[in-house]
Amino acid sequence: MKKVPLDMIHTQAGARMAPFGGWKMPIQYNSGILEEHRHTREQVSIFDCSHMGQFRVRGRKAAQDLDNLFPRRASTQKNNSCRYNFLLTSHGTICDDLIIYRVSDDEFYIVVNAGTIDSDAEYIRSHLSPTTKLSDESRDTAKLDVQGPRSGDVIIKSGVPADKIPRYFNFIHHEICGVQCIVSRTGYTGELGFEIYFDATAAEKLWNYFTGQTEVKPAGLGARDTLRLEMGYPLYGHELNRDTTPVEAGFGSLLNLDHNFVGRDAQLVTPSKNLVAIQFTDRRAAREGAQILDNAGNHIGKVTSGSFSPSLGCAIAMGYVQNGLDKVGNTVEVSAGTKHITGRIVSVPFYKNGTCRQ
Amino acid sequence: MKKFTEEHEWVEVNGELATIGITSHAAQELGDMTFVELPDVGTEFAQGDVLSVVESVKAASDVYSPLSGTVRESNSKLEENPEIINASPEEDGWICKLSNFNPDELIPLMTEGEYADFIV
Repeated sequence: MKKVPLDMIHTQAGARMAPFGGWKMPIQYNSGILEEHRHTREQVSIFDCSHMGQFRVRGRKAAQDLDNLFPRRASTQKNNSCRYNFLLTSHGTICDDLIIYRVSDDEFYIVVNAGTIDSDAEYIRSHLSPTTKLSDESRDTAKLDVQGPRSGDVIIKSGVPADKIPRYFNFIHHEICGVQCIVSRTGYTGELGFEIYFDATAAEKLWNYFTGQTEVKPAGLGARDTLRLEMGYPLYGHELNRDTTPVEAGFGSLLNLDHNFVGRDAQLVTPSKNLVAIQFTDRRAAREGAQILDNAGNHIGKVTSGSFSPSLGCAIAMGYVQNGLDKVGNTVEVSAGTKHITGRIVSVPFYKNGTCRQ
Repeated sequence: MKKFTEEHEWVEVNGELATIGITSHAAQELGDMTFVELPDVGTEFAQGDVLSVVESVKAASDVYSPLSGTVRESNSKLEENPEIINASPEEDGWICKLSNFNPDELIPLMTEGEYADFIV
């Protein structure tokens, strides 16, 4: 199992470590998932996401090559902007979900999931012109996510002038503690937040700097998961995989269907299933794989993620149901252990008070 | 006297009632509790039956009855405040109390010292 540069630091901080995407990662620290979740919604948390992958794609044809591959155009991105995107199979199903950063006219930075780094790199390379080069910088890059309503103050204190704080889904290059960083206004919590990329050798220095700030506490992947689920954000391997298309996952309106890209045809057909968000009345959670039933007891779908929602005080889940049965307001039953629990299809986000766009 | 099971329940007998819960070790391992399914008063359980389900943020776990008996009382405070199990797993976080149990079933269960060795 691969280790992040901060492995020892996490262990010393009392983190409970567990495998995630082939990496040994901190799931929670001593304060526990519920407290880490609350702290992120109210103050600032720092998450070590150094397991994730980063590619740099350069070349005069880079924008055109990425356009030919990705369902959302990279060529229309402004420099210093980020765009959420999908890497698709030729059948239009999802190899990975990722964010493309436009560094300059002919340079892009792509941030991918940990478990798909090697396959993504190979697949993207195979679609590039000879003059376009992809370098996989994952191994030499650390990534720290600073997330929470007060994270702007933390970034300003770290030396980024207030007027240089990037807008939502934009990024800057800036030095923090003498370390050159990419700082993007992105995240996976629904709160105002930043994802910071820099040379892995500086991981300890920046971790110690941020955790030394009074507002900031470390949080693990456990809280990261409950935070993203409350926002209705999909997680690769759960809501997104090689059996689902972006249209089925609810991203149809984001796709640029007026250009040609790998897997386009599958996005034009009516989906057989749709991703829904389900809010339950009680605390008992539905887990991944649980069956979703309609009022008459017919099996209509399956849960892809489910948990107790710390912010709402009830259980929430996401899952796929047959097309046409996915209307907001519909009541569904979901199996949980030997019992059935009752929920209602709702619109995302579950948690409406996120500060990410402020 | 308090005894312990290999499935990380504790049982403490006081007169006619046997109080049952999950151990500090189990609560620590499971993490923050978010839901507890309490057994209904009057239900009869055999030793080893699933008595309750405790859920943490990450997982659901069955709680097995350390003894055969009839539920006399359930800790209804856990319905709205399951985190009591994390704060006080072996006192305030008790799950239920059984009556009509067979004291002989306590004999093979572990003592506190044996359980401490078991979880090392």
